[in-house]
Amino acid sequence: METPLLEFFNVNYTYHTISCETLSLKDISFKLYKNEFISFVGPSGCGKTTLLNLVAGLLPITSGQILLKGNSGTNSDANIGYMLQKDHLLEWRTIYKNLTLGLEIQKKLDSYHLSIIDELLKTYGLWDFRHAYPRQLSGGMRQRAALIRTLALSPDILLLDEPFSALDYQTRLNVSDDIGSIIKEKGISTLLVTHDLAEAISMSDRVIVLTKRPGTIKTIVPITFSIANRTPKSVRNTPEFNQYYNKIWEALYDENEDFNS
Amino acid sequence: MKTKISTPDVPSLEQQQYVKKIHRNHLLIRIYQILLFAGFLTLWEVSARQHWINDFIFCCPSKLAQTLITMTSDGSLFHHIGITLYETLIGFVIVIIGSLLIATLFWWNETLSKVLEPYLVILNALPKSALAPVLIVWLGANKTTIIVCACSVAIFGSILNIYTGFTNVDSDKVKLIETLHGNRFQCLRLVVLPSNVPNILSIMKVNIGLCLVGVVIGEFLAAREGLGYLIIYGSQTFKMSHVLLSILILCVIAMLLYLILQQLEKKLIEYF
Ligand SMILES: Nc1ncnc2c1ncn2[C@@H]1O[C@H](COP(=O)(O)OP(=O)(O)O)[C@@H](O)[C@H]1O
Ligand SMILES: [Mg+2]
Repeated sequence: METPLLEFFNVNYTYHTISCETLSLKDISFKLYKNEFISFVGPSGCGKTTLLNLVAGLLPITSGQILLKGNSGTNSDANIGYMLQKDHLLEWRTIYKNLTLGLEIQKKLDSYHLSIIDELLKTYGLWDFRHAYPRQLSGGMRQRAALIRTLALSPDILLLDEPFSALDYQTRLNVSDDIGSIIKEKGISTLLVTHDLAEAISMSDRVIVLTKRPGTIKTIVPITFSIANRTPKSVRNTPEFNQYYNKIWEALYDENEDFNS
Repeated sequence: MKTKISTPDVPSLEQQQYVKKIHRNHLLIRIYQILLFAGFLTLWEVSARQHWINDFIFCCPSKLAQTLITMTSDGSLFHHIGITLYETLIGFVIVIIGSLLIATLFWWNETLSKVLEPYLVILNALPKSALAPVLIVWLGANKTTIIVCACSVAIFGSILNIYTGFTNVDSDKVKLIETLHGNRFQCLRLVVLPSNVPNILSIMKVNIGLCLVGVVIGEFLAAREGLGYLIIYGSQTFKMSHVLLSILILCVIAMLLYLILQQLEKKLIEYF
């Protein structure tokens, strides 16, 4: 059987501060296979960002094991792209210079990698704006630019931490469909953290619902649709979509019980 | 009906009148400012001539003008201005480079910054004129002392402010560099320094003024030349026109240095 790109085995994470220690993630186990798209939903503060930080190697796990392409996280050659909540384009660099940031840092400013960027720019409609500064772009275009910056390094795994939450509702709907389609089309294995259930269902192969802190896996919902050529937009009108929505919403509602009562 | 949102080629009558009114207002403000200054000079001159004030102590504009002419024609004024400017600029450059380096060191090593911060706060709060006599004893009455004096006025606050700016950088921007596998030096070069350019420029604007203050304090005590020396020498020999002229020139220098930095800031700020 195919080795998963990413495996979590009973992972725990604890934050330490002077005043207290916070068990943030407890006993997390799941697998991400090639071309798979997994979303995480859960009450705020349940450890979703922490989980992505662990995958990215920004935090050392407290206990358990994380395998990337079958190797333990620290000595794996897996390339991980991380898109944060805001686009974080650097205002003093042109769009082009922003997109080459990762290449510059990793000393990969060669013609091969630059041609990837040029192609992404052309494909995703930012070619004419490559010499503009971020402030001259709309929110949706900035988000695309941030995605290209991440994709320029050809990541094996893409991490998205509420990537659309800074956008207004209308833009958000378009941008999430737009970016969702790009990721699907390129078949990039992705972990998405979101508050928006519709967003999660429309893009994912599986949705993982986390409990409130300490975050544990409450349930894993596999998402399949009977329509052909599934796109984030087309599935929103299917009857299955509503069933998934209700199912996940109920699982989450339990978690917010003391909040709701 | 279609409403036009873009600005029309020919501004409407209301727009023209509005712009005219704003311009007229600006002009009026300038005129008032000039009138105020001219009125002050006239009053001063008249008071001296009518012996309402003692012109030996208070001097008067015509005497100032005379002194200005003599000192420009023998070149001594430019000499003193040059010395003061030179000391100020050297001090300023040392302060900026020094505080950038030290703030970077602090950012790099948090323990170091925690250890040294209280000392810096105390040194910054200390009235620097109290240091000047000590510096003279230690370093002698020369230009070095005056430059050190200028630095001592500005550098502690400058370090603290630049370091604060460094630590206030959006932590997610630093995280971005980390997610791209950047090291600490790249964080500094790609995010921390560029996002602090506006802050550093405004700190520079303050520091150029503080360095001038430091130089004048130093020249009061340790110089044989420079505008600060001219003020002290003039007051001791009751040449009040020397004193007041020097003060006036200090005003102009302070303003010009500030304006130059402000212009630089305006040029750079649009990129940050
Ligand atoms: N740097 C930190 N130090 C201490 N506790 C933290 C830190 N970051 C997050 N936490 C705690 O860990 C929990 C999970 O945080 P996070 O992963 O950001 O949640 P989410 O992204 O799901 O909203 C939160 O309850 C928070 O209080
Ligand atoms: Mg979060």
